[in-house]
Amino acid sequence: MRFEGFLDRHVRWVFPLPALVFVVVMMAFPIVYTVWNSLTGWSLSEGTPPDFVGLKNYVALIRDQRFLLAAARTFYFTVLAMAVEVVLGVAIALLLNRDFPGKRIVNSIMLLPMMATPVAIAMVWLFMYEPSAGVINHVLRVLGLPTPLWIAGADSVIPALALVDIWQWTPMIVLISLAGLAGLPADPYEAAEVDGATAWQTLWRVTIPMLMPTVTIAALLRLIDALKTFDIIYAMTGGGPGFSSETLNIYTYNQAFSYFSFGYASSALVVFFAIVLGVSLLVSVTRRTVEV
Amino acid sequence: MAHHCTRISCLLLVIAAFAAEGHRAATAQTKPYAGTAIRFLAANHPWTEAIKPLLPEFEARTGIKIRLESYGEDQLTQKLTTEFTAGGSDIDAFMQRPLQEARQYVQNKWYTDLNPLVKDPARTPADWSFADFQAGAVGTEMVKGQLTGIPIVVEHEVLYYRKDLLQGAGLSVPKTLDELKAAGQKLSDKGKGKFGFVARGQRSPAVTQFSSFLYSFGGDWFNQETHKATLDTPEAMAAFKFYGAMLREYGPPGVLNMSWPQAVAVFAQGNAGLYTDADSLFPNMLDPGKSQVADKTGVAVFPAGPKGSVMYSVTSWGLAMPASTKKKDAAWEFIKWATSKETTTKTQSVGAVPGARGSVWDSAAGKAKFPADWVAAAQASAKGRSYDRPLVVQVGKARDIIGSVIIASIEGKDVESAAHQANKDFQALLDAEPK
Repeated sequence: MRFEGFLDRHVRWVFPLPALVFVVVMMAFPIVYTVWNSLTGWSLSEGTPPDFVGLKNYVALIRDQRFLLAAARTFYFTVLAMAVEVVLGVAIALLLNRDFPGKRIVNSIMLLPMMATPVAIAMVWLFMYEPSAGVINHVLRVLGLPTPLWIAGADSVIPALALVDIWQWTPMIVLISLAGLAGLPADPYEAAEVDGATAWQTLWRVTIPMLMPTVTIAALLRLIDALKTFDIIYAMTGGGPGFSSETLNIYTYNQAFSYFSFGYASSALVVFFAIVLGVSLLVSVTRRTVEV
Repeated sequence: MAHHCTRISCLLLVIAAFAAEGHRAATAQTKPYAGTAIRFLAANHPWTEAIKPLLPEFEARTGIKIRLESYGEDQLTQKLTTEFTAGGSDIDAFMQRPLQEARQYVQNKWYTDLNPLVKDPARTPADWSFADFQAGAVGTEMVKGQLTGIPIVVEHEVLYYRKDLLQGAGLSVPKTLDELKAAGQKLSDKGKGKFGFVARGQRSPAVTQFSSFLYSFGGDWFNQETHKATLDTPEAMAAFKFYGAMLREYGPPGVLNMSWPQAVAVFAQGNAGLYTDADSLFPNMLDPGKSQVADKTGVAVFPAGPKGSVMYSVTSWGLAMPASTKKKDAAWEFIKWATSKETTTKTQSVGAVPGARGSVWDSAAGKAKFPADWVAAAQASAKGRSYDRPLVVQVGKARDIIGSVIIASIEGKDVESAAHQANKDFQALLDAEPK
């Protein structure tokens, strides 16, 4: 009786409680704990308990050539993948934005790469990229074209990995753009037609500007996801050859689970977290300005 | 009526309990650990495949239940490390790579030292014979006076070669690194996708197979007395340059991403003439089901460099017992059985897993599964060095540092500056290690 009374009186706390507990345990605690770890010299190979070292890890990070290169590589991969995905995705959406027989089938096929398991995709591409026995170089050889090293070359590995990301995630841009195109009003097109605009002018002066808000959001969502890419890179190159495809995520993983330097890895994670958070904030700010 | 019934069932229960007690007392003498479950973490390895079918026999004889879990080797290391760190682990026995993990685990006091168990005649009968294990193999398992594990798989670096190709080119089997280079050059026809030489080129996996080149050139990772890194000595530099040039000039494209599965594939498909790697990999080259060149492949001792033929000869896998297990006696019972002469004979003669027991190698059954030239090469290699990577706690990091010089060399970059940089990084790592 008393308990029920309590529930009734505090119902506005009781109902959100499970969600609150979830957020605290699964999100807030890990972040706070990681930040705490980043201030310690916790290493499993020293056999000593974690000791507080202040900002020492962060100072070391700034001086760590490998970390800086990994950060640069992360941006290189992300920008490359995102730029191509957006251009290609919008182009395909414009192409598909009309009625033609089999449209539904084409749309369904477009979805397939997004639904496939990343590690399985990585394995297939790994075989296709194999420089001497892979199918890609085989085709290139038959056509008499040069055969690059793909993921086995220090300079070609990031573009090659970005290509996999592009293959997998361009459809997402296509889908979002198609939804955006479907929602465009008809009046501006009629006005353009009355003014005697060519198809090209209609595209550049009417469709693209009106579609821009949708594309921006899609691009920023991809940006955040691409920054965090881990699975395909880990499964295909493990950060190699050498360290040529070691992005921030792979770097942090190596520090934690290969070198067992948990304190140092945590500090890299915190920096990485700040970067992703910054980009996410950018997304919400942009979204707000776009909506206004 | 109801009361009556209850009384009878009570009586029956008591009788049953006595009977069960009597039974337990009887089994206590023959099966002291009956009913104990042992959680055993293993690697995905031919040894695990070989021991699996033998487990029921052990379980029936002792009454101990083995709960086997197996993982990829890196996943196993991560699993063990995280479980031991978190504490309260219920692992009772595990497969370990002594060269990869033992220093770190000793540092963290995660092992049960097996020395006292091996030396206690009450727990280990004399005919189990610890002395039967090859000295080098036991040496790998000894860290700071602790016996961290019992060796189950030993490895040496050997040279795999294509008999037909060498013969066709009028060459004999390379006995020196100079001859290896000459043969690599002669067997290469890159335009046709034929490569004179293949070996690991991936950053970290390459380090262990590079070690025999380093030693044979007269180099080493560091001076173990002074703790000074020696990665940029003239000998080490020569070894880095040689290994890189072999793979750059006579190796397949994409070698920078090759660990053993990829390198083996190139050789087994008939696209490489020479290949240096661990002798334990031989079924991949010599089993007709796995290799297109099974009948054309030979095995030889690692070729001699300026300082002779100095290959590694190591225990790649051992069986260890965590300090945290509450079932030490039953776990030891299991480890003792799994490493006994009888079991080793079976894993070696049926599963073709090279073990560490001298007596098994002396027996016909021990050699039956291995080609004659393989046995000769492996036995000639037993005298090699007992480490294939630097003996440090931070092995993973050390391998990455060394691997970056190998990569630079394969890519044809400036080996000298890469080696100087690596030496500096490696020295910093050594300075941070407990002596």
